Amino acid sequence: MTDQLLEAEPTAPLVDSTAIDIGANLTGIAQLRAEQIQLILDTAEHFREVSERPIKKVPALRGKTVVNLFFEPSTRTRTSFEIAGKRLSADVQSVSASTSSIVKGETLLDTAQSIEAMEPDILVIRHESAGAADFLAARCAAAIVNAGDGAHEHPTQALLDALTIRQSKRDFRGLRVAIIGDIAHSRVARSNILCLKKLGADVVLAGPPTLLPTRADAFGVEVHREMNSAIAGADVVMMLRVQVERGGNLNLPSTQEYFKLFGLTENRLKLANEDAIVMHPGPMNRGVEISSSVADGPRSVILQQVSNGLAVRMAVLYLLAGGTARNAESAS
Amino acid sequence: MPNLLLKGGRVIDPTQHMDAEVDVLIEDGAIAAIGPELDANEAEVVDVAGHIVAPGFVDMHVHLREPGYEYKETIESGMRAAAAGGFSAVACMPNTDPINDHRSVTELILERAKAGAVHVYPIGAVSAGQSGEALAEIGELVDAGCVAISDDGYPVATAQLMRKALEYSQMFDIPVIDHCEEVSMTHGSVMHDGAVSAELGLRGWPAAAEEITVSRDLIVADAVGGKLHLAHLSTAGSMHLVRDAKRRGSTATCEVMMHHFSLTDEAVRGFDTNTKMNPPLRSEADRQALLEAIADGTVDVLATDHAPHHADEKLLEFDNAPFGIIGLETAIPLACTHLVHGGVIDANRLVEMMATNPARILGVGRGGLSVGAPADITVIDLDLEKEVAAESFETLSRNTPFDGVTLRGWPVLTIVDGNVIWRAA
Repeated sequence: MTDQLLEAEPTAPLVDSTAIDIGANLTGIAQLRAEQIQLILDTAEHFREVSERPIKKVPALRGKTVVNLFFEPSTRTRTSFEIAGKRLSADVQSVSASTSSIVKGETLLDTAQSIEAMEPDILVIRHESAGAADFLAARCAAAIVNAGDGAHEHPTQALLDALTIRQSKRDFRGLRVAIIGDIAHSRVARSNILCLKKLGADVVLAGPPTLLPTRADAFGVEVHREMNSAIAGADVVMMLRVQVERGGNLNLPSTQEYFKLFGLTENRLKLANEDAIVMHPGPMNRGVEISSSVADGPRSVILQQVSNGLAVRMAVLYLLAGGTARNAESAS
Repeated sequence: MPNLLLKGGRVIDPTQHMDAEVDVLIEDGAIAAIGPELDANEAEVVDVAGHIVAPGFVDMHVHLREPGYEYKETIESGMRAAAAGGFSAVACMPNTDPINDHRSVTELILERAKAGAVHVYPIGAVSAGQSGEALAEIGELVDAGCVAISDDGYPVATAQLMRKALEYSQMFDIPVIDHCEEVSMTHGSVMHDGAVSAELGLRGWPAAAEEITVSRDLIVADAVGGKLHLAHLSTAGSMHLVRDAKRRGSTATCEVMMHHFSLTDEAVRGFDTNTKMNPPLRSEADRQALLEAIADGTVDVLATDHAPHHADEKLLEFDNAPFGIIGLETAIPLACTHLVHGGVIDANRLVEMMATNPARILGVGRGGLSVGAPADITVIDLDLEKEVAAESFETLSRNTPFDGVTLRGWPVLTIVDGNVIWRAA
């Protein structure tokens, strides 16, 4: 219901961002109002410049401890959170499932509580099960940041995507964003749908029906079962990673056939608007969901997404640790 | 055993088409007389004015967990929970450890059941080891005391096994109870496949997976006969299939669980693992279809699928928590609140679905209040409003999403063979 209200009333420019915060945890975009999303993006803009300095460090989170608890393999997101914490002068420790006691049969909650006993301020969690971050947020004193829970949410990805889009496009309102690929298993898609809707954009989904949820209509956005109609007139084309191993061979016959039906090629990109940007959350499968010429081409903002990821994660860590947007300006 | 006179209640007995304010006299464990203003003689008078007096309720689908999982429930604790829930009898599913696929397990269950007062009717396995490959020694199981067979927890694995089970069981006139699930469609599924699973990113268990097995079973039963009973049906499609089959003359019966008409998949938002069970909570359209089928007679039985799990097992990520919800101590209030007070059915139909029909399907010779019948009786205060207080449950487990919910219509007295075995505090 809140979503509908926000859609009906597009976000006003922030006047006094110090009056709002983003809550005690960030487990999903679902919990955020549009003004909170804008606050995170504004804060991220302040921090972007830190990474361009010769001394890439500010003392904003000095004395704070951030623990990254990763139960799934991740290079990009984990590194991004690590560097984000370090550039804010927090003490950062990463724990991955292979080295944790998970393999000894300890439960998620026991692992989290053991780490909590060392008084971290923020716990960043990635887990293969939907709801894992919400589960911990309800039971831990530290602020929980969801770095991806199953096919549920990946809020910092959606936020960095929104920041990237905002840098290229003036306004989210009326913007046509096509999200293409494995929607069913994608937390990136779910968080992006929520985030873009809240910001006023029009979202279009496309993928083979085997990789769409049975009730894809539940997202309340356009759903296409082939690619061309979905990217026609798009301002943003967001490609998702296709995991061919998921569901055996029942979802997709081959990567070659997938590329033929849903791969983003230069030819297909011509269907989108002239100034359309191309996004991908990574890691990419070149020649499966995207051709190299598009991925490395002039419309691609894929590497910009990665650098924005750092700024967004700095902003999220900073805001959860009690900072305000106004102070972020002076902190940076 | 003192004789009892239940005075002034509203006596409902579908087997005699009775719904009247009369007294019930119990002598030597059996119904001695039913009528207005009965003389107490030496009997202890129990005032049940304003309450429903019904044949003892039978929960034909519970998991008592013993042997093997005594940390979740024991036969004795499960029996106490049943009594406190207003049930005079329960039928327990065979997925224990060891599985009740051998008479020695049946005998152990019945031996342990002597510790409590409610009747325990063991249900044996259809297949040895519930592995879906070979028939269990069904004759031996029946001889030892099993009243039905089921591979519950799993479906009867193949159409051929269902065919053979329905054929073989005819020698013993016992029902074959199936958990309907086409497992090729539910691998890794943890909630209903619908709008909420799409949003939450949890793997969906499609309604079709249940309905495919319902169809298979109805077709096999049409072909070979036998007593088919379809357990815990949860979807609109299943209701259509059973309704159509009954219209065509099928003698198959079916049951619906309290949680399936009380909640929908919306309850899974928030990832409370107490909302995870198999089959899962379905959509509102499914819930409405269940209510309609409960009202029109398509549904024969209401049951609980009482499936206790230790708190530690449920304190996990949604994907990794076990399926199951306890139900014995919330069953009657859920049914009274949502069905009777909800205007779906009257109290007569409630008694039919919770006492008469399960007793008839299991062939245990109870479920009515005819003179001479064993005095198993459930007394219900239809207007009593109370909050569910899980901490005071008799069951060893607490996996219920109904804790703290206010419900209207609670059991107040449970009588088995003329003995008061539980009375509301």
